[in-house]
Amino acid sequence: MLKNKLVLIGSVGLVCVIGTVLYNFTSGNASDSTELVDYNLHVRPILSDKCFACHGPDAKARQGGLRLDIADSAYASLKENPSMHGIKPKDRDKSGVWLRIISEDPDLMMPPPKANLALSADEIDILGKWIDQGAVYKPHWAFLPPKKAEIPKVKKKKWPKNEIDYFVLAEMEKRGLSPSDQADPERLLKRISLDLTGLVPNIKDQEGFLKNPSTENYKKEINKLLASPHYGEKMAISWMDLARYADSHGYQDDGLRTMWPWRDWVIHAFNKNYSYKKFVSWQIAGDFIAPNNKEAILATGFNRNHKITQEGGVIQEEYRTEYVTDRTNTFSKSFLGLTMECAKCHDHKYDPISQEEYFKTFAFFNQVDEKGLVGDISLGSLADPPLIKISKKEVNELLKFINLQDTIVSVMVMKDLEQRRPTHILRRGQYDQPDRTVGFGLPEAVLPYDTVKFSPNRKGLSDWMFDDNNPLVARVFVNRVWENFFGRGLVKTSGDFGLQGDLPSHLALLDWLAVDFKEHNWDIKRLVRQIVSSATYQQAANVSQEKIKKDPENIWLSRAPRLRLPAELIKDLILASSGLLIPEIGGPSVKSYQPDGIWESTTSGRGQLATYIQDHGKSLYRRGIYNFIKRTAPPPSMLTFDGPPRDQCEISRSRTNTPLQALILLNDPMINEAARVFAEKLIVEKKGSVDELIGVAFRRIVCRKAKSNEVSALADFYKEQYQYFISKAGQAEKVLNQGEYPHEKLKDKNEVAALALTILTIYNLEESISKT
Amino acid sequence: MSNPFFENQQHVTRRHFLGKLSVGLGSAALGTLLTKDLFSPKKSLEESIMAGIPHFAPKAKRVIYLFQNGAPSQLESFDYKPLLNKMVGQELPASIRGAQRLTGMTSGQDKFPLVGSKFAFNQYGQNGTWISEIFPNIAKIADDICVIKTLHTEAINHDPALTFFQSGAQQGNRPSMGAWLSYGLGNENSNLPAYSVLLSRGKGNGQGVYSKLWTNGFLDSVHQGVQFSNSDEPILYLENPEGVDAVTRRKMLDKLAMLNDENYKEFGDPEIQSRVQQYEMAYRMQTAVPEMMDLSKEPDYIVNMYGAESMVPGTYAANCLLARRLSESGVRFVQLYHQGWDQHGNLYNEMAGQAMDVDRASAALVQDLKQRGLLDETLVIWGGEFGRTNFCQGNFSEDNYGRDHHPRCFSIWMAGGGVKPGISYGETDEFGYNIVKDPVHVHDFHATVLHLLGLDHEKLIYKHLGRRFRLTDVAGKVIPGIIA
Repeated sequence: MLKNKLVLIGSVGLVCVIGTVLYNFTSGNASDSTELVDYNLHVRPILSDKCFACHGPDAKARQGGLRLDIADSAYASLKENPSMHGIKPKDRDKSGVWLRIISEDPDLMMPPPKANLALSADEIDILGKWIDQGAVYKPHWAFLPPKKAEIPKVKKKKWPKNEIDYFVLAEMEKRGLSPSDQADPERLLKRISLDLTGLVPNIKDQEGFLKNPSTENYKKEINKLLASPHYGEKMAISWMDLARYADSHGYQDDGLRTMWPWRDWVIHAFNKNYSYKKFVSWQIAGDFIAPNNKEAILATGFNRNHKITQEGGVIQEEYRTEYVTDRTNTFSKSFLGLTMECAKCHDHKYDPISQEEYFKTFAFFNQVDEKGLVGDISLGSLADPPLIKISKKEVNELLKFINLQDTIVSVMVMKDLEQRRPTHILRRGQYDQPDRTVGFGLPEAVLPYDTVKFSPNRKGLSDWMFDDNNPLVARVFVNRVWENFFGRGLVKTSGDFGLQGDLPSHLALLDWLAVDFKEHNWDIKRLVRQIVSSATYQQAANVSQEKIKKDPENIWLSRAPRLRLPAELIKDLILASSGLLIPEIGGPSVKSYQPDGIWESTTSGRGQLATYIQDHGKSLYRRGIYNFIKRTAPPPSMLTFDGPPRDQCEISRSRTNTPLQALILLNDPMINEAARVFAEKLIVEKKGSVDELIGVAFRRIVCRKAKSNEVSALADFYKEQYQYFISKAGQAEKVLNQGEYPHEKLKDKNEVAALALTILTIYNLEESISKT
Repeated sequence: MSNPFFENQQHVTRRHFLGKLSVGLGSAALGTLLTKDLFSPKKSLEESIMAGIPHFAPKAKRVIYLFQNGAPSQLESFDYKPLLNKMVGQELPASIRGAQRLTGMTSGQDKFPLVGSKFAFNQYGQNGTWISEIFPNIAKIADDICVIKTLHTEAINHDPALTFFQSGAQQGNRPSMGAWLSYGLGNENSNLPAYSVLLSRGKGNGQGVYSKLWTNGFLDSVHQGVQFSNSDEPILYLENPEGVDAVTRRKMLDKLAMLNDENYKEFGDPEIQSRVQQYEMAYRMQTAVPEMMDLSKEPDYIVNMYGAESMVPGTYAANCLLARRLSESGVRFVQLYHQGWDQHGNLYNEMAGQAMDVDRASAALVQDLKQRGLLDETLVIWGGEFGRTNFCQGNFSEDNYGRDHHPRCFSIWMAGGGVKPGISYGETDEFGYNIVKDPVHVHDFHATVLHLLGLDHEKLIYKHLGRRFRLTDVAGKVIPGIIA
């Protein structure tokens, strides 16, 4: 039926009718007819978003035989009416697409009203101009290998500290923006400490840097922080989201699993500064690359972090297929920045990824010697095969980075079947609808899978990823690292580099960084050092009216971002500043204070995790990354501060600001305990005036000297509370009844309680939980 | 994400902020309690999505979903199949079973003996709705409810089936229904979460619930369902720590506001102001939520309606009463889960017990809403995640039988909110195995619920990683036959 309509549109009569209702071009900024329209910048985002679902790569969904994502197809004359074309360069009236998008007849107009995808006036304007200017197609930027552009020229020559700054400044100058001043030393030190280790600097560090905040000393700070074992913990946080790491199997019974030695390895690998190539290729194919190296095998646990069902009665193949799907999707999202999962059920609607290519990629992950359901929850399987067992002896000798307290631990790893398992295309992605079989491969549009060069297994897959011509792997990682520092990637959609993803704000910079990263052996610490050494990174975060007007989202980086800390780092801040933090690295995840009933009210009642058994002692004071994550009931403080439930691979977190966060920061026993212990310690150790004690607390938490009006406001609060506790006997003891940490024996409970509440107030300052 | 410019111009006062919150239906996501950024400009796509809401005049304003977790048997509740009683012990004809897949629990059985309901059925209401004897109170509201006998789903295991019902997808981190409604319609009450979740558990075989069932998925976490508990602290961390009273807390918040404002003057970052506002809202919740939870002021005649159990916190009955109070206060979506409906064996005893838990309070909720004039604008939904097989699972005896999972047909009921009252919709075959008339897929169910709330399921979209997502994925059609 649609075909018929396309014939109609070609008829002369209709063209005349449509001609009379031609779109009225009154739009503002795009109405300059001399302005050059760029396919990648202006046109493709429109076509992709509004047209490709029915006129794009998905052959089965294609309507009227018209395909608009490829020039030759779009330019072709229409079968039914050869004088008309889909798009005829420089001739709107012979372009069926044009006539359909300006039509007001609901039966003809495109996109059809039913699709709920109306084009805006600006968008129609752009498409018209693009046709006028020759309808030039260009390849999608992300599928072309990155090249190092020349360092741009800038006016403000003194500002740049390294290459990054030239690229950033050039864009600012184009837009009449100028960089902010360098951040004051205290805030800069807090920023860099949080960014590199996730921990705030103590007062000694603050004073040391404040005394001489020279470039030289800043470099020293960078070196010190990069060498800290806490660097690996900080870097590992976002890797845990991406790798959907958790301490339980997921699904309804959600029993315990022991993947934490893999997490310890990730921290170790970052600390040892494994190249990104080694870091990733071991996770993808360590069993092929170094089959006799247990560390490399352990790394492959990455691909076993997905959920595994323990629900009796499931159909084996349904779930096994689900696991392979999860690996495939995680791989494409994490390393290629592509939403390949769309192509599981049909050809991708926007990106040039066919269903066949999806299953060719799927084939790599389809070889694992595994079952959909190994045993029900009652068996309490901590690790389903394939697995490795790691003994205390091995830890002592080889795998020293594993914080093993027991004698042995089992970890799930990758191991392929002896005999290759055939991979079928699954119709509509259904496990029970196998179609023809396919071999190994990857999306051609990214980089053809040359079977001479690349072997038919995960080793080949890994080689393909790190091939010189792979256009995505370096860019995607560099972008994600950038996002970790600036809160926003150079490509904002850090999980989608495809046609529907955002264009890079600074393409030249992204490519320069990606190539430079590759040229320097995928050296992660070097990349991090480059970023934090830049003037761009070191700017102040103050927001002026002018900058807000010109760039409300700070796309052009003329100031540093102010970002709320992620969930894990809020815990770290509170524990570290109060002196409670146990800085031990790795080991089994910990169960700290949690309100009653969270596990109990949701559990199926089966398995080791049916009830929450809180840990005690030093386990209460471990870093946030070690919080035990039970997938069906993750720690509320994690979820409330935007931590993902680890059900699937997540590339970035949102940053919300909600009343539930306020309730946690005010009322969580962990925070109140820290305030109590902090107050006790201060009084025991410092013995200063109230103002002095408040000043010390403020400095340890906020990481700068408090201003006098800040101290006096807090001191007023302290005095008020102190009087109140005097007036109400027994109240101070109640306030101090917080947490399991032993109490100091102090006489004046009123003093301690008033100080504890004052410290709680400081913890709740917006600046305390922000990177400024 | 935020719009500092706008924020700066406003330099919001608390009063302004509060005024901004009291917005009603269709005022986009602005009114949600847990609002991320009240003054942020929507992205143009989001703006255009929101501009059209409601897409048509809503019939319902709020939803109360009484989820019967574990999947109650339709054959012992609302889908009366006397043939099964006549054919007890006989083999399910292969022609009826067709290609229906079996779970791992019955795929090994070599026999599929039919089994009929041990409970008697009768007809109730003007249209003679069939209802089993274990639901005597629901039978009394037969004229208010619309029984759909032809729901069908794609999943045959609990986790994916529940997830499918809640989010329109079996796998993956998609937003659940309540999150979609919070996103599309916001909240009517600024002191309570737009999407509230209440849990209870019966004595029957249970399957647990998971926080992903009330997840915001890729929507902002402000749309996440907030779980109420039956402990002293109905919302996590709601209570001030020991020894800290409201006066102290108020003083602390005033100091915080003052110090944060100082910082705002230095940095000009609107997130600072927003943080202050969230603390104020948290403070108000501390009063509003306990008031809401306090059922002691409910008059005796109401307690009698819901049953004595309604005074026992954490029971299904108490949650029904609480659901009415929340809904009455403007909470957009109240989600209950009652666990324990997974009768693979011992069906007779377990199901009677489960029905005892829920029958009276479910009916009371509908009647209570009706007497308050709220039923018209409140959609009440009752049902599980799939049905149960007409054949016996495990060892068959007439007194003690079990039923396996059955996705092909099952019954739910809805009341109020623009649904046709007093009807039964759809028909299954005489074996209760296949649908013969008017099927309603889960996607259709979602489309219809959204429709009743004034939302076009094809237009309520959110773009994430390049794709426009809907609750109904790429399917679903509104079922006009059940709309009044």
